[in-house]
Amino acid sequence: MRAPIQRYRNILDFALSSLLRRKGRNLALIGVYTLVVFVIASLIFFVQALKREARELLVQAPDMVVQRMVAGRHDPVPVAQAEAIRAIRGVEEVQARLWGYYYDPVFGGNLTVMASEDPSLAAEAVWIGQGVARSMRVKEGDLISLRGYGGLPILFTVQKILAGESELVSSDLILMSPTDVRALFNFPTGLATDLAVTAGNPRELPTIAAKIVEQFPDTRPILKSEVLRTYEAIFDWRGGLMVVVLGSAILAFIIFAWDKATGLSAEERKEIGILKSIGWESSDVLLLKFWEGSVVSLTAFLSGVLLAYVHVFFFSASLFEHALKGWSVLFPRYQLVPVLDGYQLTVLFFLTVLPYTAATLVPIWRAATVDPDAAMRS
Amino acid sequence: MRKSTLCLSLLGVQAALFLGMLLHARSQGERAVRQRQSSAALVRSLGLTDLCLFTEARYTRHPAMADRHAAFQDHPMGLDHFPSGSLVAPPTFPSPHASPHPALPQHP
Repeated sequence: MRAPIQRYRNILDFALSSLLRRKGRNLALIGVYTLVVFVIASLIFFVQALKREARELLVQAPDMVVQRMVAGRHDPVPVAQAEAIRAIRGVEEVQARLWGYYYDPVFGGNLTVMASEDPSLAAEAVWIGQGVARSMRVKEGDLISLRGYGGLPILFTVQKILAGESELVSSDLILMSPTDVRALFNFPTGLATDLAVTAGNPRELPTIAAKIVEQFPDTRPILKSEVLRTYEAIFDWRGGLMVVVLGSAILAFIIFAWDKATGLSAEERKEIGILKSIGWESSDVLLLKFWEGSVVSLTAFLSGVLLAYVHVFFFSASLFEHALKGWSVLFPRYQLVPVLDGYQLTVLFFLTVLPYTAATLVPIWRAATVDPDAAMRS
Repeated sequence: MRKSTLCLSLLGVQAALFLGMLLHARSQGERAVRQRQSSAALVRSLGLTDLCLFTEARYTRHPAMADRHAAFQDHPMGLDHFPSGSLVAPPTFPSPHASPHPALPQHP
């Protein structure tokens, strides 16, 4: 039992010595290889974690949101329509949502202002998200000034700062009473931004949506399933610019690795010739190169995946921050909950480790099967 | 020390860390539940429909509520110039808002 293990270890020793002889080239290869695995794994982890959060959180979203469209654009909806929709069989509750956007000229960020019916929310007071508190540099009890529709500033007391754990949905929120929202935006009474509909049986939603459209042809119902599907589409990692950039990087790496793995130098051919002339079998030479490829690819794969995990779940994907921030002034800070998809890790493994190991074996097999004398002379 | 011993030890450490990573991810379930509780309560009580990820424009802040992601939607020179517009994949066809129910008429 010990003899075969010793044989493998001897070959591994030889393989490592061979790798160390071309230290610079192999270290560069491992570095680039690790970087490619790191970027792909980071992207996979980040997208999977956000998808999971979207799925888990937005399952609580309204079953259906009814918007009114005027001339192809979203317009306030009459609150009276809520009553008519509530009368449709299968509808359990209709809630008029009052919300809008507020551009803050001081720090240049877009905020979402929303009405909340919470009885503990006082008049002329606001609850704000962590992102708003950070940008405006305010704490509970401070006053904030928002410019009203007439151009005059309106003062609000910061009654509460929403919990940091909810930052993924509330970072840019300013919650105030419906009266204050109407006063701030001069929002006409009797109109709401849209209507949130809850159905008793979610399977009836398409029928309810059809009835709403029939009754109010200028409305657009958006189902919860569509909201969830939108988020699936947004974070489809196969789409978007990232993949174009990544695609070119991966292609460059494939060319680099292929060139390195398939192009045997004269020195390597001579080495194979010498090994065969001193009694090495072709299978030993193949095993030697298999070990070389495995050490390089396994080290790069494991390092890349581990670094990606730390990057995404401990440093909140800080390297992607600039791309994700874009022109946003206000950016939520959240720590993602780790989600590891075994299927995607396996695919990543097979797409990175196996091709490289295989690419090293083919030219070696060709070189190892030629006559040692010819190999040494070439 | 033999080179192979050192190499196998290093690979062993990496494999152990990899296993630790899998276990760490599994152990975060409780934190996830706690973290999601306050967010889920807000989503439920306010009827929120979107995650607060990109706040630069209306249609990136609330992609589920926006018009179709269209260039020129804000003004004639308004190309989709926000950097996140290049990260957000175009909707799959048929798009999420493109009349998913046969009973519904086509809406803009």
